[in-house]
Amino acid sequence: MKVLVPVKRAIDYNVKVRVKSDESGVEQTNVKMSMNPFDEIAIEEATKLKEAGQVTEIVAVTIGPDKAQETIRTAMAIGADRGIHVQTDAPTDIGGVEPLAVAKTLKAIVEKENPDFIIMGKQSIDDDSNQTGQMLAALLGWAQGTFASELKIDGDKATVTREIDGGLETLELKMPAIITTDLRLNEPRYVKLPDIMKAKKKQLDTMTPDELGVDYTPRLEVVKVAEPAERVGGGKVADIDELIDKLKNEAKVI
Amino acid sequence: MSVLVIAEHDHNSIKPVTLNVVTAARKIDADVHVLIVGTDCSGAAEAASRIHGITKVLKCDAPELSHRLAENLAPIIVEAAANYSHIMAPASTFGKNVMPRAAALLDTQQISDIIAVHDADTFDRPVYAGNAVATVKSSDEKKLITVRGTAFDAVANDGGNSPIEDIASKGDAGLSSFVKQELSESDRPELTAAKIVVSGGRGVGSAENFALIEKLADKLGAAVGASRAAVDAGYVPNDYQVGQTGKVVAPDLYIAVGISGAIQHLAGMRGSKTIVAINKDEEAPIFGIADYGLVADLFDVVPELESKL
Repeated sequence: MKVLVPVKRAIDYNVKVRVKSDESGVEQTNVKMSMNPFDEIAIEEATKLKEAGQVTEIVAVTIGPDKAQETIRTAMAIGADRGIHVQTDAPTDIGGVEPLAVAKTLKAIVEKENPDFIIMGKQSIDDDSNQTGQMLAALLGWAQGTFASELKIDGDKATVTREIDGGLETLELKMPAIITTDLRLNEPRYVKLPDIMKAKKKQLDTMTPDELGVDYTPRLEVVKVAEPAERVGGGKVADIDELIDKLKNEAKVI
Repeated sequence: MSVLVIAEHDHNSIKPVTLNVVTAARKIDADVHVLIVGTDCSGAAEAASRIHGITKVLKCDAPELSHRLAENLAPIIVEAAANYSHIMAPASTFGKNVMPRAAALLDTQQISDIIAVHDADTFDRPVYAGNAVATVKSSDEKKLITVRGTAFDAVANDGGNSPIEDIASKGDAGLSSFVKQELSESDRPELTAAKIVVSGGRGVGSAENFALIEKLADKLGAAVGASRAAVDAGYVPNDYQVGQTGKVVAPDLYIAVGISGAIQHLAGMRGSKTIVAINKDEEAPIFGIADYGLVADLFDVVPELESKL
C-alpha cells in the first residue's frame, strides 16, 4: 500500500512568536522553523506501518518556499521514500495559502499518485485552522478519521480511535481514507545522522500550483494581526487565609 | 439572509455550547435558526425550540445520523446552506470534524474558532496558540464558521417557542461506521461549561495524588482539568487536558495547582476571569498571568484550602 503524508514547515513550537509592529503578521525572519509537530506524528505513523510491512511506499508532500524542502528531507530521514515540493512564495501561515487551497493542491497530487490512504496532521500550529484533512476527504469523497490516537489498517478497512470531547470514539473507515493525527498517536523517533545523509539522496520532485491547476488567491483578507489582550497578573497572596478572603471579598467568585 | 447554527446535542438535550454559538450568530443577524441532526432527536429539537432568540428549528431525524459521522452530516449541511448566508457550529471536536467537510463541498474557506464578530464578513480568530489574534474578512458568498464557545455569553435556554420543521437526510454515505465510544463518567460539571475549574499539573506527582485536586474541585462544585504534562504522565485521562491541543476554558475561577504555565497551557485558560496559581517555584510562568499567586507546597496548602472553604 502506498501512503501520502503532507508535511508543513512552521515556526518551531518552542519559539515565542512576536507580532510584527505594523500588525501585518507574525515575525518570520531569523526564527527557528521546524516540521509541524502533528505532521511529524503523521510521518512517524506511516513509517511504523512500513516497518510492520503494511505500507510499501511513503510519499511526503509539502507546499511552501524553497526552504520547505528541508521539511521534506526531515520526513525522508524519518521514513519517507520520495518527496514532492509544490513551490510557492505565498505565506503559508496566514493571509496566503489557505486550507481549502492546500486541500485542492493535495487532491491534484492524489490524482497523479493514487495513494491507498493519507495520514496528515490534524492542524498546523501556525494558523491553527484544523481544516485541511476534512476538506481533502470531502473533495475526494473519502472517509475521514480525524484526531486519531490509534490506527489499525486491515486490508480495505481502517479502524481509528479518535480523541473527542469527553473521551474516545472508534470508527471503522472504508479505504481509501484520510487519517488526521492527534498528539497521542505515537512519539516521533529521534532522527539519526546516517538517516539524514541517506535522505539527501532520495528523489524530490518540484512542481508549481499552476501546473496543478490550483489558484492560491486568498478568500480571507487579513485585516490585521494583533497581540492578544494583555492580562495583568503577578499578584501574590501570603497564605490560604488571604487567598480565601480575596476570592470571597475582592474577586467575589466563591 | 438568516444564520444557521448547527447544534451540538445528545439527541435528547442540547449541549450548553450551542447557546454560546447562538449569541455569536445573533451578532450577525436577528433571524437565527438551529439545525438538529440526529436519531430519535425530538427531545433535542424541542429543547432547541425553547432557546431564547431563535426563530426556527430544523430537525433532520434518521437512523444513519446516530453517531454524527461527518460523511453523513456534511451533505445535509450543504443542502440546508442554500437558504443561509452564514452557517455556524461550535469549535468542539464535533464542529471541527464536520464543518470543514461541508465547507469544502461548498467551495468556501471556513473561518475557524472565532472569538469576536465585527460585522457579517469580519471576525477575530486566535492563531499561533492564542499568541496572536488575526482579524479576517471573508470574501466568500457563504461563511462557514466555527465558534469558540467561551468567547461568547450563552443565551437563555428557555422562553422561546420556535416552530420545528423536518428536513430530509441525504442517506448513509457508506464510508464510515461507528464501532464504540468510551466516555469518562463523572458527576462533575463539564470542563468547558464549568464556572470553576481546578487543574493539576506535573507537580501533583501521581495519579493517586490527583485525589487532592478532585477533593478540592468537589468542595467547590468545580470541574477538574490538567496540564498536558499531567496527561502525558498518565495521571488523568486525555480529555482532562486544558490547553491549545486540549480544551479551551474560560471559567469565573481557574485554580492552577502544580502547573508551571507552558505557553500551550496558557492558551487554553488565559480567558478565565480570575486565575489562582499554587506552585512552589516562584519563577513559574503561571504567576505572570495569575491574579492571586501562592508560592507554597501544594501538598500543604491544597488540603488546607479544601478544609477552610
